[in-house]
Amino acid sequence: MTEQTQTPALRLDGIVKTFPGVRALDGVSFEVRAGEVHALLGENGAGKSTLMKVLAGMHQPNEGRIFIEEREVTMESPLHAKAQGVVLIHQELSLAEELTVAENVYLGELPRKRWGFVDWTTLNAKTNEILKRLNCNFDATTRVSDLSIAKKQMVEIARALTVDAKAVVFDEPTASLTDAEKVVLFDVIRDLRARGVGIVYISHRMDEIFTLSDRLSVLRDGNYRGTLVTAETDEDEVTRLMIGRSLSYERNHEHVELGEVALEVRGLSCGSLYHDVSFEVRRGEVVGFYGLVGAGRTEIAETLFGLRTPSAGTILLEGEEVRIDSPVDAIAQGISLVPESRKEQGLVLGMSCRDNITLPQIGDLTTGPFVSNGAEVAIYDMYRDRLDIRSPSWRQAVGNLSGGNQQKIVIGKWLAMKPRVLIVDEPTRGIDVGAKGEIHNLIRELAKSGYAVIVISSEMPEVLHVADRVIGMYQGEIIRTFDAGEVTEDSLVQAISGIRADKAA
Amino acid sequence: MAETRLKQLGGIVARQGILIAFALFLVGFAVFSESFSSTENLTSVVRQSAIIGVMAIGVTVVVISGNLDLSVGSMLSFATVMVVDLHDKIGPGPAMLVMLVAVLCLGCLNGFLVGMLRLNSLIVTLGMLSAIQGLTLIYSGGQNVDIADQEGTWFALFGRGEILGIAAPIVMFAVLAVVMQVVMSSTAYGRRVYAVGGNPTASVFSGIRRSRVVFSTYVISAFCVGLAAIILGSRVMGSQNNVGQGYELLVLAGVILGGTSLLGGSGTILKTVIGVLILGFIQNGLLLLGFAYYVQWLVTWVVIILAVWLDVAAKRGRLFSPIA
Repeated sequence: MTEQTQTPALRLDGIVKTFPGVRALDGVSFEVRAGEVHALLGENGAGKSTLMKVLAGMHQPNEGRIFIEEREVTMESPLHAKAQGVVLIHQELSLAEELTVAENVYLGELPRKRWGFVDWTTLNAKTNEILKRLNCNFDATTRVSDLSIAKKQMVEIARALTVDAKAVVFDEPTASLTDAEKVVLFDVIRDLRARGVGIVYISHRMDEIFTLSDRLSVLRDGNYRGTLVTAETDEDEVTRLMIGRSLSYERNHEHVELGEVALEVRGLSCGSLYHDVSFEVRRGEVVGFYGLVGAGRTEIAETLFGLRTPSAGTILLEGEEVRIDSPVDAIAQGISLVPESRKEQGLVLGMSCRDNITLPQIGDLTTGPFVSNGAEVAIYDMYRDRLDIRSPSWRQAVGNLSGGNQQKIVIGKWLAMKPRVLIVDEPTRGIDVGAKGEIHNLIRELAKSGYAVIVISSEMPEVLHVADRVIGMYQGEIIRTFDAGEVTEDSLVQAISGIRADKAA
Repeated sequence: MAETRLKQLGGIVARQGILIAFALFLVGFAVFSESFSSTENLTSVVRQSAIIGVMAIGVTVVVISGNLDLSVGSMLSFATVMVVDLHDKIGPGPAMLVMLVAVLCLGCLNGFLVGMLRLNSLIVTLGMLSAIQGLTLIYSGGQNVDIADQEGTWFALFGRGEILGIAAPIVMFAVLAVVMQVVMSSTAYGRRVYAVGGNPTASVFSGIRRSRVVFSTYVISAFCVGLAAIILGSRVMGSQNNVGQGYELLVLAGVILGGTSLLGGSGTILKTVIGVLILGFIQNGLLLLGFAYYVQWLVTWVVIILAVWLDVAAKRGRLFSPIA
């Protein structure tokens, strides 16, 4: 943001990319200046990933030109793009786990000695130099599989620094980082910016974009919607550009009619994961679990669903003590879990929408030995209408749907079981802004219609918006339970950092 | 423009490649060999394919659930030796019964190791391949076995007889194929097998007892081997100790040619039937054209590689890909 006149590090001019039946990018033009962080926003399917793949040489554009420092270039492959100074840091890391940090950083271009042997001394020295620049506290000879996700990301960044990078593209880099790790990453990004690198930063998270970026550009349906100076805009304007309407999160102040206690947990412990956890959930309310990754929230859900065996404590459903040794038991007892990871745990991506929704109860949908097609389609139709699932037909493979619709399928699958307790772990992870709101409303409506719902989330606005009561967890312990109306952002942040507030009583 | 048209053509070839290649083979054989397209020849190919086919149906179920079964070849040797040996000792009915029980036990062992203990199916069934070969030799003491009264026994029905004017092996193959196709496509059990193969983790999260499902697929596979052994024993009326050697690869070839993905979660019994028939017709055609039988091995391999390549190319949307 210092000099407005300098040549752009990267400039795209009228990029068009079509796939059979889809115009993924329709004349996208924008520029990234040297020494700026340029955020790129858009809903899922807006074309961000396609654009980045074009930049990194994984796709060839049908039309349009790419300039690096005003020199027109073509990107034939990721390696070719890198050689010209454009590096992509993927959402999913692509490191060789069994190799050392240094080998990964210089993969494909290891320094050689005579006869083609690797020059280990030079390799490790050069790598350590880069790691030092990134303030990394691990060594070039560390095995990548021994590193945390955040550190692996640093290795990816180190890779980018082996060449004279003109532009570095970060694709959702904080998706799996803790808050502390984010701070380190942001420092590194700011450091790159100070060195005059142009940075493209793709993220769903508004707070990050407003902390980090100098300017931002918005894509919608493959079209370029405009570039704004971050300091001169606000979330509302950006959201309107992204989805064409404004969307505001409200605090949940609804008054709910509470029913009887559906689930009560007393002194539940599971090894070192969490201990002495007690809480209850009534019909008609949403209880939110908030805490950092690793605070034990997901593990509690997994215990209730029979995936983990508790070391102590009791679980009561509608006042009756139950034993849950497997998901089969949990389902029989009326507990449903919408798991944290939609693609790995929630869905069989190659199967149809209908088959995914009916999977947990397929054994009950039979007439004689055969599955009743009519019964299955009826269930699918019912939840398609109720949840507004958008899919061309029930035959469509779930893998072809958008993230939001996939999540609705998982929710539908578990609603169809008519559970006594519905647990939703990270209800909107990786879902675009528009669909997020829909899922939130859906959860509210479910509670209103009498379901007992537990929502686990890492996003504070989500918890505040959706939950009636909020439980703050830190390192396996419930620090505080906030009743409806008493929770504030500050007190919640304190709770999940392990600070036991004065409880006001 | 010419480039995109070429790409479209590539896409069509990639999607329908195996059927196109098969059609070309058939036309080629019919043109160059007069006897190829005769009814007798075509029927005999189907009959000869029945043994591989019956086994391939079982293996398809295992593959759909995301695992492999390489032990079927030596299991066939074991089962055939056993049923032939016991035929003269305790009569055909009891012989078949005892053999089926024995084979099902082997299937349970496979199923226990892969399903319950979660061991890698490639390693387990490769080990079983050689273990069962050893078991066969222990059982027979290294002697080849045969049936004394080959004309008088009703056991001859399965390999040599006819049912309603159709060769018995074809009938058994067809009935088994139809039954298993229906089981896989229209029962809750079939759905669970696809779910376990498609995403093992999600299937557990959906309340499916994954271990039991995997276990059951090996029992089905073993049962199919038992049926194949009855056809083979009845046809030959004797057995060598290594009669099933190499069958595991032919069976797998049929499954792959049909288009069932080794990654699990997709494929059908019907596709496997087609794959097995393609394999049978190619081998038969080459034989009639006067190629030595070992040429078949080479051609079969080429066809399989081609099928796998076209399969992945169809998924990638292009024939060559710089990234996986």
